[in-house]
Amino acid sequence: MATMTMAKALNAALADAMLDDERVLVFGEDVGQLGGVFRITDGLQARFGDKRCFDTPLAEAGIVGFAVGLAMSGLRPVVEMQFDAFAYPAFEQIASHVAKLRNRTRGALSVPMVIRVPYAGGIGGVEHHCDSSEAYYAHTPGLKVVTPATVDDAYSLLREAIDDPDPVVFMEPKKLYFAGAETALPTRTEPFGRAVVRRAGRDATLVAYGPAVPVALEAAEAAREEGWDLEVVDVRTIVPFDDATIAASVRRTGRCVVVQEAQGFAGVGAEIAARVQERCFHALHAPVLRVSGLDIPYPAPMLEHTHLPSVDRVLDAVARLQWDDQPDRRWLTESGVA
Amino acid sequence: MTTTPQAARRASPRTRRSATPTAPDPAAGLLPQSEPVRLLNPDGTLLPARADYPEPPVEALREMYRRMVVGRRFDTQATALTKQGRLAVYPSSRGQEACQVGGVLALRDDDWVFPTYRESMALTARGIDPVEVLTLLRGDWHCGYDPAQRRTAPQCTPLATQCVHAAGLAYGESYQGRDTVAMVYIGDGATSEGDFHEGVNFAAVFKAPVVYFVQNNRYAISVPLSRQTAAPSLAHKGVGYGIPSEQVDGNDPMAVLAVLTRAVTHARAGKGPFLVEAHTYRMEPHTNADDASRYRDADEVEAWRDRDPLARLETYLRGRDVLDDTVVAEIAEQAETYAAQLRDRMNTQPTVDPLSLFDHVYAEPTAQLVEQREQVRAELAAAAEEDA
Repeated sequence: MATMTMAKALNAALADAMLDDERVLVFGEDVGQLGGVFRITDGLQARFGDKRCFDTPLAEAGIVGFAVGLAMSGLRPVVEMQFDAFAYPAFEQIASHVAKLRNRTRGALSVPMVIRVPYAGGIGGVEHHCDSSEAYYAHTPGLKVVTPATVDDAYSLLREAIDDPDPVVFMEPKKLYFAGAETALPTRTEPFGRAVVRRAGRDATLVAYGPAVPVALEAAEAAREEGWDLEVVDVRTIVPFDDATIAASVRRTGRCVVVQEAQGFAGVGAEIAARVQERCFHALHAPVLRVSGLDIPYPAPMLEHTHLPSVDRVLDAVARLQWDDQPDRRWLTESGVA
Repeated sequence: MTTTPQAARRASPRTRRSATPTAPDPAAGLLPQSEPVRLLNPDGTLLPARADYPEPPVEALREMYRRMVVGRRFDTQATALTKQGRLAVYPSSRGQEACQVGGVLALRDDDWVFPTYRESMALTARGIDPVEVLTLLRGDWHCGYDPAQRRTAPQCTPLATQCVHAAGLAYGESYQGRDTVAMVYIGDGATSEGDFHEGVNFAAVFKAPVVYFVQNNRYAISVPLSRQTAAPSLAHKGVGYGIPSEQVDGNDPMAVLAVLTRAVTHARAGKGPFLVEAHTYRMEPHTNADDASRYRDADEVEAWRDRDPLARLETYLRGRDVLDDTVVAEIAEQAETYAAQLRDRMNTQPTVDPLSLFDHVYAEPTAQLVEQREQVRAELAAAAEEDA
């Protein structure tokens, strides 16, 4: 065991995949000699040559479209979108071709590829560098969307993404890049489609993914002082989604708060909240609540702490989970019914 | 006496000449000729032979004629099928037969074609089953043929997006040691899309063996070429990417085949992509649902009838004694048979299976898709029981 950052684990996953499968090509903007602006591809060009790891023209639609053609020729492209918001020019390629080619051709063509997207905020980035764009991809059938929150998952999920027969949008929480943890690589964690209970608890379930997972875990620790024993479930793979693990947890605890960093309206958290209440209605003692970013464009660095879901906001939500076992009847009074 | 600016300017040409007497213009080999390449006059008579584009073998031209005749008959039949409700829509390429067939004839069977929705004729000329070609427009699935087996990408409706796919595929093929060429068919309107720029640029930077074949048929639905570009020609865009380009009379079958053959040879030799602009004309509306009289004069359309690529090639081949009334009649009969068989096959209602909707979303369906499939299966079973 040694301490390693998520950035290094991702780098190791790319290197090991390139070593195991010579069809794997890594490319994008500044990923060659520089090793990527976050150094995720550091050393790959020196080690595998500039035919396996290379820089491209500065054009995201071109990068993803080029990957489509490479995948059609039998190769395994892994592309980097430098920042979340800079992937938007590629959206047509992703939504109309990457996601649909298998379906359009009844399986005759498939375009296995990994689109790596450093995403979300908390790093003091200026505008267009901190978007949480996962909902756009998760809303697009044909894509898999995964986001690691731990160092082991970063390695294992990326290896699995590269091996997957379908295109995977691999969302890397930037603020977790340089957080370290004990790990022994190579490691394999739970496969795609499995959520994981990061912390067991009896009183309520916090469901989170990506950059929100450490927030949820910290909130769960802090909640002990209030006498709450909270369970934390890490979604890990938004698509395919693990209804079973999450529903089982909520049925045990009877309460649920979904935590995400993205703006809340029409987001992944809304989908999770709906799915939980559809499956756990009779086990719930309170409505499923959401803690998310505000419904605003990602703010300037000096204001981002107001936007980001905090431990306090999570605890406030937990406090509203009707612990007296009485339904909150305020709305009845206000509407004149009570 | 002081040196005035005027004096300095007067002196400068001499200075420049002496400083760089033989510096080659780096763009010289990339620019298209100022006039579209033409080997046959519109009346089918042969122009003087030229060294840059030798006349293709006459057997190839006769085969081109045959496929153009069959292609035009197919095109007419497809438009008729829209009127009978057998096709949801059909974008005709009547008038563009030389381009549709010429591109296919310039390629090997193991090369790749990246077509748009207007390339139905090119795909049938490539030997793809016409019913499979029309699947997209009939509406029973998005792509009827097997793209991997036919080396033909699905007909592309998001404009110019296939320009980048072709660059990637062609680069991937050469990376793996294969000498495959990819040919992209696009129209004049699509050259305004960002993906045209990005595709050609990627192909140029990575020296990918791609032929970008622009059929400039003057209109993007209703919008004329003058609203797409201020460039001297669409072929002139090639120099901006550092690739050679050419413009050709797209209604001259001989010239189209000669220019595309040169472009394919260039790409296959590892010299990178090549851009060809063919000047042609869409004789029919954008689709059967369009009313072209709202944006172009009948006189304009009539003028293009005199440049019909089929009549042009027929006249030439008859003059070369490789075509006579008997052969023309034989080919016309082949075309009739082709169309009749297509009509008969399209007159049956295709069977569609709602449960197949879930088959190819992912390699393996997700748990949620399995659930939804079960729901649809139950709905179908209940409906069947009600009918019984």
